[in-house]
Amino acid sequence: MSNMINIALPKGRLGDKVYDMFEKAGFECPAIREKNRKLIFENPEAGVRYFWVKPSDVAIYVERGAADIGVAGKDILMEAGTDVYELLDLNVGKCTMAVAGPAGFSYDRSNELRVATKFVNVAREFYAASGTDIDIIHLNGSIELAPILGLSDVIVDLVETGTTLKENNLEVIDVIADISARLISNKSSFKFKTKQIVDISRRLESVIED
Amino acid sequence: MKINEEIFSNKEKAMFALRQLYAKHGFSMYRMSKFEEFGLYAENMDFLDSGQIITFTDTDGMLMALKPDVTLSIVKNNRHIGNRIIKLYYNENIYRVSPKTRFFKEIMQVGLECLGAVDDACISEVLLLAAESMKVLSDEAKLDVSNLDILTQLFESCGVTRETEEQITMCISSKNAHGLERICRAADLGPARAELLKTLVTTYGSPEEVIPKLEKSFLDNSLFTFEEKDSFRKSIGALRKIVDAFREAGLEDMLNIDFSVVSDLKYYNGIIFKGFVAGVPDGVLSGGQYDKLMKRMKRTSRAIGFGVYMDNLGKLSKFDGEEVEIGE
Repeated sequence: MSNMINIALPKGRLGDKVYDMFEKAGFECPAIREKNRKLIFENPEAGVRYFWVKPSDVAIYVERGAADIGVAGKDILMEAGTDVYELLDLNVGKCTMAVAGPAGFSYDRSNELRVATKFVNVAREFYAASGTDIDIIHLNGSIELAPILGLSDVIVDLVETGTTLKENNLEVIDVIADISARLISNKSSFKFKTKQIVDISRRLESVIED
Repeated sequence: MKINEEIFSNKEKAMFALRQLYAKHGFSMYRMSKFEEFGLYAENMDFLDSGQIITFTDTDGMLMALKPDVTLSIVKNNRHIGNRIIKLYYNENIYRVSPKTRFFKEIMQVGLECLGAVDDACISEVLLLAAESMKVLSDEAKLDVSNLDILTQLFESCGVTRETEEQITMCISSKNAHGLERICRAADLGPARAELLKTLVTTYGSPEEVIPKLEKSFLDNSLFTFEEKDSFRKSIGALRKIVDAFREAGLEDMLNIDFSVVSDLKYYNGIIFKGFVAGVPDGVLSGGQYDKLMKRMKRTSRAIGFGVYMDNLGKLSKFDGEEVEIGE
């Protein structure tokens, strides 16, 4: 079994930020900064091998052991119910998972509540807790459009600054969870590479900014 | 006829080796029908990982299920246990929804159950057999052991709601110290109890390191009454007995104490465990004491058992355990 730690990073802005943290923590891999189409980058001295994957796929790579550790948004972990260890809150990529609807909207329970969202499982669980009957509308993007066009009553979505909501005359009705990037580990990898994974986690913890 | 061993797949070789191991230790083979009355599961739905079951109506109008689990059937079919220990092993296919794909899957499971006057010696024997089972599968294996009673006692002392208990359990199972901290703050648990719960997340590894830390955190703690400390002492003592048995058997390197192994508190109690093999991303073995399930099913005796999930072994590149003789 290779002793290198395979690390799945989310492609995009968040991934760049997270890689900076790994670099600061002493797990640099200069080749990663080069602009090319390579997908895998290694630094044998630091014992790490990075690869970029679609942000929503990081948890799958880690859960299935293709990566030992990775960085995924809490939103993705909540939605997929991934069976992994969640070792650190990296305090980047911060936003909230919220219910939003037209300004002044109030639900009177006379009808089924129509909820548009990308996060079907999170929404279902949230409303099940209050026994609310909902009709889930699964969308893949531009969720804010749904209540404006009457497709749904409310939406469950990520809210960063609230500007998009405001510009479309929508407002937050309920906050479901605080979201940020999390360091996750495959459970089996953690048993056999404990020392290396704990070392990465501790050193990353020391570079987390408030 | 001598059967050529090469004809067997890794999974089949492992399956025979495990059956041989359990038979050698005095366990009897227990065969079951593929079907079971649905009512058995309807009454114990939470015991199953997923509430979804494949059902059909039999020719007599009875609602039946394709078995999603073996333990419930074994308990159901063993009513009069008395003062002895019934030792059984099985090799069955079960039908469950895979949490990963969310589709039904046929899973081959090999496992064993002890029902009856289960004592410390029996618990140690079952854990050693779990470790031996792991060795059959791979030379690089770990058995994570926890005592669920420590968490149960801590919950009793905290007096939190069932919902908070579930959230805390989820954080412990995912080693999520930051999430746990938030839940403890929201539930107003106070720093001392929050710290103890955090201990269950941050304390794991070899028993020599973990047990002294547990004793310091739980037994030298002014938070608890004499009776509470005594309960914790017993629970830590139960872990110690297993460590001693492993040391005697020369298997101590395989043993980890890890509280991230959790099971449903409504059914399980005491010692619970999970086995991992290098190169296989999921746990391949899982088990524990289930006296609470026995009580729910109106049995007065105790029970412990485990199952090995053969389907997870597909990822093993080779069967590198002991050589298995298939016989004539």
